[in-house]
Amino acid sequence: MHDLIKNLFIKHFGNRILNEQSDAAIVHAGSDQIAFTTDSFVIDPIFFPGGDIGKLAVCGTVNDLAVSGAYPRFISVSFIIEEGFPLKDLELIVKSLADEARKAKVIIVTGDTKVVNKGKCDKLFINTAGIGMLREKNRLISQARNIKAGDLILINGTIGDHGMAVMNARESFNFKAQVVSDCASLHMLICKVLDHSSLVKFMRDPTRGGVATVLNELAGKINLGIEIDESDLPISNGVKAMCEILGYDPLYIANEGKVLMVAGKKEGMHILDIMKKDKLGKQSAVIGRIVRDHPGKVALRTVTGGKRIIDSLAGDPLPRIC
Amino acid sequence: MCLAIPAKVISVDGPVARVTIEDVEYTASLLLLEDVNPGDFVLLHAGFAIEKIDPDEAAETMRLLLEIEKNSHG
Amino acid sequence: MRKTVTVDARMKYIDEYRNKDLILAASDELKRISKKEITLMEVCGGHTMAIHRFGITALLPPNIRLLSGPGCPVCVSSQHFIDTAIAYSKIPGVIIATYGDLIRVPGSETSLEKEKAKGRDIRIIYSVLDAVGMARNNKEKPVIFLGIGFETTAPATAAAIIKAKSEELDNFFVLSAHKVMPPVMKALVEEGVKINGFIAPGHVSAITGTTIYDDLPSVYNLGVVVSGFEPVDMMQAILMLTRQVESGNPKVEIQYKRAVQRNGNKTAQRLMNEVFEPKDDTWRGLGVIPVSGLKIKENFSIFDAGKYFKVEVPESSEPKGCICGMILRGMKTPVDCSMFANQCTPAEPVGACMVSGEGTCATYYRYRS
Repeated sequence: MHDLIKNLFIKHFGNRILNEQSDAAIVHAGSDQIAFTTDSFVIDPIFFPGGDIGKLAVCGTVNDLAVSGAYPRFISVSFIIEEGFPLKDLELIVKSLADEARKAKVIIVTGDTKVVNKGKCDKLFINTAGIGMLREKNRLISQARNIKAGDLILINGTIGDHGMAVMNARESFNFKAQVVSDCASLHMLICKVLDHSSLVKFMRDPTRGGVATVLNELAGKINLGIEIDESDLPISNGVKAMCEILGYDPLYIANEGKVLMVAGKKEGMHILDIMKKDKLGKQSAVIGRIVRDHPGKVALRTVTGGKRIIDSLAGDPLPRIC
Repeated sequence: MCLAIPAKVISVDGPVARVTIEDVEYTASLLLLEDVNPGDFVLLHAGFAIEKIDPDEAAETMRLLLEIEKNSHG
Repeated sequence: MRKTVTVDARMKYIDEYRNKDLILAASDELKRISKKEITLMEVCGGHTMAIHRFGITALLPPNIRLLSGPGCPVCVSSQHFIDTAIAYSKIPGVIIATYGDLIRVPGSETSLEKEKAKGRDIRIIYSVLDAVGMARNNKEKPVIFLGIGFETTAPATAAAIIKAKSEELDNFFVLSAHKVMPPVMKALVEEGVKINGFIAPGHVSAITGTTIYDDLPSVYNLGVVVSGFEPVDMMQAILMLTRQVESGNPKVEIQYKRAVQRNGNKTAQRLMNEVFEPKDDTWRGLGVIPVSGLKIKENFSIFDAGKYFKVEVPESSEPKGCICGMILRGMKTPVDCSMFANQCTPAEPVGACMVSGEGTCATYYRYRS
């Protein structure tokens, strides 16, 4: 995927804005700065514990705008529907999408619908694109500037919930687990943090590839090291158990309602307090810090006190028996 | 071949047992293990209970380890 | 002064065996008693993973060395096996049921994952009984289960075949690449691998019992300790082996007493022996090892995919420059391979040692410190 982006898309489309490859592009419209993003949703199954493809389609785009330091305002929604897809399911998804848009305070201003022959798409694909107004003081937040050794890495709650919920719903492994997707619009939570702190240095949502992949991207960008503590990672019992059973590592599992933040030591603790007061941040935690060692790499301090390198995700996680 | 996890037996129904690992429930096959009762802990591997965990042996192992730990303080 | 250990842990029989104080205490004890230069070999992918995941090597004194042997059943399954599975997947109407471990293993030309992306019906399962269920629910389609694993997993496959027989299913098949442990352990020693003892696989031994290791101290003067998979288990097992070597007293011992008994699981053994019989088998990188594989017995041959399906399989070729064979013997480590971490990575594996999550090379790569 990475090669496809580099060798085909960037090669033909490349420009200063696109080449940043941020969660949202920051563009100028007169004197205003706008964050602009798009995402396509092809998830299988389309209904899963904690959400569905409609809810996800809003959260994914809203969150990309919010973590870029923007107020999400308007979104477009395009549907590609497989012939024969049940109308009642479509209605459930559309309702769910509308509900989430209302919660996130974004307006659906335009859209498109296509119906394709059976077999030409897997039930339903959705694309959303979103526009947000950039907060001036946070406009550089996606560029990870001013990050120093000693800065803290925070997250607003448990990791691995979405990926494990979807996996459990999709595969016929027959586990009954209280594992529910964390799919949520983080816009309000992030607003609270940015309203009360001008010192957030970086934000990103750890979706595909999980916390490990985002932290690797960050470490590479800032050319400093990152150290996280295994015993400080918030993980729900259900996710921990499923990971132990199937041999997954929660650091690589997708999240859809989580934001990673970087802030200085003192400010970080203040931000932690703010997040804990929000219903989407009750289990917020400091999970690690920026360090001078091993620049560009992420290390995990294990429960035994040792350290090991955590790479980016290479291929989707697979269950194993071995 | 290795990935087996301790699971608690909640109920037994002929050739299967309902087991839990933390909050996760599974119906495990008992085709490879006899004399399994609710309250037992078994090793779950690829959908099968392959062995019972002996709580007395587990306690003994812990005791030996705690003794090493105690002696290392001296 | 370390605080007292409490064993009131959340995941029972797991978390208490990850207790940092117990691990460090075992490490201190090892450093206190260990004088000789010793090399211990583990032959289980789960142990390879645990050693690296929990950083066991860093807790050992410098005179104790750990070697990884051929403990990864995926790594030692021949390329021919993967190629055969891939060829089966191309038969119209066939469902391939496999454990996740095999999905990304490269065959000569492609992999099950790539074929799945092309639309072949390849399904990942957790239990082999799910594959029997697929056969039951899709009577018009052949379901071929890919049987990999050692003695921990072979009894499950046996149970599935017996169940399929009792249900008179005529569309359930198994392609067996199951292998057994002790012959390869002895073969390595006879080849000249220089070790002082074996860390024996905990879950294989839960099934087989420990009498299968009796030859090793008596004939080869090598100690064997059957170990669990948590860091506390491994440290205790290494401590037990070290005590044996220091006192010159090799024997078979069980560290993993809560799960392993000398006689093992008789029910599982009986089922395994009812369905399978030993055969000479090719271990990738090691060549043919006598009576080290399991084949389906004649009276269950209607479930043997190899007997029923005839496919063309490309000529197997070991990738040039791949030293998996030497690594599986414990004679070289991944860092000795010129392709390690550049041409051969978990994203683009060349040899099986890299693609299997518990392969030595993949483990070294993921858990490098």
